[in-house]
Parts: sequence; C-alpha cells; structure tokens
Amino acid sequence: MEKRQLTCIGCPMGCPITVTMEAGEVREVTGFTCKRGEAYARKEVTNPTRIVTTTVRVAGGLAPMVSVKTAQDIPKGKIFDCADALRAVTVKAPVSIGDVVLSNVAGTGVDVVATKAVAAAQ
Amino acid sequence: MNSYDIVIIGGGPAGLAAAVSARDAGVERILILERDSELGGILNQCIHNGFGLHTFQEELTGPEYAARFIDQVEERKIPYLLNTMVLDVNHDRVITAMNKTDGLFQISAKAIILAMGCRERPRGALNIPGTRPAGIYSAGTAQRLVNMEGFLPGRKVVILGSGDIGLIMARRMTLEGAQVQVVAELMPYSGGLKRNIVQCLDDFGIPLKLSHTVVDIRGRERVEGITLAQVDENRRPIPGTEEDYACDTLLLSCGLIPENELSRAAGVDLSPVTSGAVVDESLETSVPGVFACGNVLHVHDLVDFVSQEAAAAGRSAAKYVQGQLETDETPIPVAAKGGVRYTVPARVHPHRMEEQQVVRFRVGAVYQNAYISVYFDDERVSRRKRQIMAPGEMEQVTLKREDLLSRPGLKSITVTIEEA
Ligand SMILES: Cc1cc2nc3c(=O)[nH]c(=O)nc-3n(C[C@H](O)[C@H](O)[C@H](O)COP(=O)(O)OP(=O)(O)OC[C@H]3O[C@@H](n4cnc5c(N)ncnc54)[C@H](O)[C@@H]3O)c2cc1C
Ligand code: SF4
Repeated sequence: MEKRQLTCIGCPMGCPITVTMEAGEVREVTGFTCKRGEAYARKEVTNPTRIVTTTVRVAGGLAPMVSVKTAQDIPKGKIFDCADALRAVTVKAPVSIGDVVLSNVAGTGVDVVATKAVAAAQ
Repeated sequence: MNSYDIVIIGGGPAGLAAAVSARDAGVERILILERDSELGGILNQCIHNGFGLHTFQEELTGPEYAARFIDQVEERKIPYLLNTMVLDVNHDRVITAMNKTDGLFQISAKAIILAMGCRERPRGALNIPGTRPAGIYSAGTAQRLVNMEGFLPGRKVVILGSGDIGLIMARRMTLEGAQVQVVAELMPYSGGLKRNIVQCLDDFGIPLKLSHTVVDIRGRERVEGITLAQVDENRRPIPGTEEDYACDTLLLSCGLIPENELSRAAGVDLSPVTSGAVVDESLETSVPGVFACGNVLHVHDLVDFVSQEAAAAGRSAAKYVQGQLETDETPIPVAAKGGVRYTVPARVHPHRMEEQQVVRFRVGAVYQNAYISVYFDDERVSRRKRQIMAPGEMEQVTLKREDLLSRPGLKSITVTIEEA
C-alpha cells in the first residue's frame, strides 16, 4: 500500500488529503472537507489537470491586455503549449466576459475565454 | 456640501459588497468613492482563478468575481465616482476628496464605511544590503505590469518572500517565458496558501527555500545577481551558507499592510497587531458611525470572507443610519491569547449581535493537531480540533448570541490555541 499526501487546490482552504493506493488503484481518500476535494484527489493521482489563466493582447481597446482562462481544465502537461499558443493571439475590442479568444487550444478540445470586459477606444 | 447617508471609501470587493447590502437594507443615499479608473480593486490584477467558491459555488478569476459585484451595484443604480481620491476623513464624518472634474470637494455622511484595502510593504522597510539598481520590483507592481500593461519586467528572476502574490507571480512569470530560479522565505514556513505552493511552485519545479534571505544585491544599472543565505532562529544570516544567483530581476513579496492613513486622520483606534481598526461585532470602529471591512481592517486571503465581512458592515451602517444601532450596553472584550495574534471583532455588544457572530483570527506559528478553544471568563465553552493551522491562513470560531445573552455579567471572552 502506498500513501500519497496532497493539498487540495479546489479552493484556497487547501485541505490536506491522504490517498491510499494499492496496485495503481485508489483504495481510500481522507482529509477533504467537501466532495470537490475527494474528486480532485482521485484525479490528481490518475490524470492531473489545471485551469490555465493568462492574458492576450487587445487591439483598439481601452486596455492593452485582457485576462483569459481555459473554459475547462486541461492536462497538466499541456500548460506551456497553451501559454505559447496564446502569446500569438490578439483580440479586437470590444471584448465581453466569456467571449472565446481561441478554440481547441493546443489540441486539448478546450476553448480559451475572456474573463474581463474591455470596451473599444472611442 | 453634498450629504449622503452612507459614503463608502474604496470600490474593491469590500466596498462593493458593503454598498449592495446597505442598499438591500433600505438605505437610498449611498456613494462609493474610488481612486482608480475602474471598480474592482486589487481583483482586476489577480487574473488567476480560485475566487468565489464559497460565495458562488464555482471557481472564478479575480476580474470575474469583481464583475459579479459590479453588476449588483449597477443593477441597484448605486452611484460611484471613479478617479476620485479621498484625502481626509474627520471625526464629524466630513470627507475631503479630489478628482479632475470637481477639483477638491467635501461631502458629509451619516455613516462612513472604510474599504481602502491594503498595500505592499515598501522595499525601503526591508533593509537589504547592497546596491539599488533597476530590476527590483514589489511582486504586486510586477503583477500589475504583466497582467494589465502586458510588460514582462525580467527574464531571470529571484523572488524574496513566499506570500501569495510572490507565489502567483512565480507561476505567472514562468508562463510568460521567464526563468524563476528560486523563491526564498525568511520564516521557517510560507506565508502563502498551500494551494499556491502546490500550483505555482511544485507544478513547475521551482524550489522554495525556507529560512533564507537575500544578503546582497549586485549590479550597477540593472540587477546582475543576488546572494542568498540561510538564517538562524533569530533570522540572522548564517555565515558560510551563502549561495550566488545570477538574475536580472528581484521580486519582493514581503507582506501587505492595511492602508489606514485616512482612518488615523479620523481618529479611529488602530490595532498594533493588524495595523487595522479595532472594531466591535457591528464592525464599528472607535468613532461612532465609522465602519471598516476587508483588507483595510485585517489582511484576508479569501475574497469570499471579505465579501461576507463587508456585507455585515453594510448592514450595520444601514442600522446606524436608521437609528437602530444605539446602545448603552458595555461591550465584552474578545481577548486573543496563546498563539492567537488578534481577533476581529475585538469586542462585542451581545444585544447588537446577529444570531451567529463569526470571530476571525490568525495564529502566530504553525500548529498541528491543536485545539481552538473559547473561554467565557474562566470557563471553557468550546474546543475544536484542527489538523493544521498556519499564520498564512485565517481561522475562525462562531459565537452564538443566545449563549452570550444567557450569561449576564460575563466579563470577557477569550480565544486561544491549546495543544493536545
Ligand atoms: C495577489 C493576490 C492574490 C489573491 N488571491 C486570492 C485567491 O486566489 N482567492 C481569494 O479568494 N482571494 C485572493 N486574494 C485576496 C482578495 O483578493 C483580497 O482580500 C480582496 O481583494 C480585498 O478586497 P478589499 O476591497 O478589501 O481591497 P482592495 O481590492 O484592495 O480594494 C480597495 C480599493 O480602495 C481604493 N482606495 C484605497 N484608498 C483610497 C482612497 N484614499 N480614495 C479612494 N479610493 C481608495 C483602491 O483603489 C481599491 O480599489 C488575493 C489577493 C492578492 C493581493
Ligand atoms: S476539499 Fe473542498 S473545502 Fe477543502 S480545499 Fe478542496 S474544495 Fe476547498
């Protein structure tokens, strides 16, 4: 039996979680405060994923940059591919929260959406 | 002079939530004053996710969380002035402010809510030896440059201080193509949230060196390198442990302090521990009709708690304006002992309490499997076990109004940590 200590990242409470593994299978999960914690721990030991947040350039807007995020989490190993793909993107103002700035980022099947509104410059 | 029922200073999450709850409690004449060009406060530069799970049951980024509250303010048509800097607040609740359109002007308020947030400790206060070349930034300034201006301040980075902003910036600069070599922390524990250590350092293999500090900065025009050394239990560098790092940028993430110049001017009593106001259960300061909430009161790591606290301040200010907060009750002090550094509130009027009163506090060291105990005078009335407590994470206990009311003559309430 193997025990893995994790810190849940589901929210800033950061609950300490212990996962007991046996022959590559999850036997027991303890230490979480809510269901998200248990789900996170199970996933983290089998298929770790992350939400990526960054910024992209805006053309013709009141602000030069707009913040964005992956609409769902993507495999941990794709974080840099995702950031690299977004460095090449420029969106045109106006931008609304939820606008897709890049679809299927780095072949993950996940869209990248704006997290802030930017009005067009007059 | 214009007069309002409630004037809120600061349009960050605290100011916004206070405005919404005061309006929902029936107060019409409310005004928010914000020095920045947009509402939302520090959240506008916190583009990472992890905000609002407790409030909205989903994980939002800072700007998205702010937008939810800005929408609530707009829906209620609560007026606000942007690009407006408050310069003074006096004991009679007259506010002096300045902006481009109105110049210097005064407003009187029946109640004032202080929601000015906090600022980073300036580097001058840190006493690092060596030269002062370009390339040294506070982590918050770097965050603003990268996230809002789109400017990467450097390529080879060392970060001093493992507070949340430093951790977040380690990941942020890495994603932008910079090489973050090490995060050094003076204390034997990190002041940041565990989730940020996992997601911002561990994920990218960035080492965290606890009990380390910068002992030298090299470079004439621009930073060329720094020296780290381990420190002893008195935080003094240990000779022989020096390690050199080549870098063009040093980020300092050495903590936040509430921004309380205005509170001081108004004659509000401040706590030497939090640098924020001393408040009672209604979040009322020592000056009647002046309330405080959010990071200006004590530094929070969870915006959800800022919003909750601010909503309570908004309800209290509404009651004050409506003449429902008057009392001749002597408040009961809430004392912080044995590992508890401070409590908010620091005193309670039982008759003015809401049914449940959350008391928030921070501990002064890392505790494992210890208890949070509450005493009414000399009697322990509750004890709750916590697997882990650390200075970086706020803790809380809940007091029930009926428990206090059923004990007339109660002299003091004490919150303390007891080890097993
Ligand atoms: C880098 C960083 C990362 C964080 N990460 C998370 C996280 O992942 N999850 C989470 O839940 N929380 C997080 N937080 C915490 C949360 O964002 C803060 O606790 C919250 O924003 C504090 O709100 P506030 O309204 O008190 O202060 P602020 O947001 O600072 O707002 C104060 C406002 O008052 C204005 N102001 C100040 N003085 C004056 C004046 N004299 N006149 C007019 N206006 C004035 C300022 O311009 C500002 O807009 C983070 C905080 C930081 C700094
Ligand atoms: S288990 Fe739940 S409460 Fe604990 S950190 Fe995870 S999401 Fe947050």
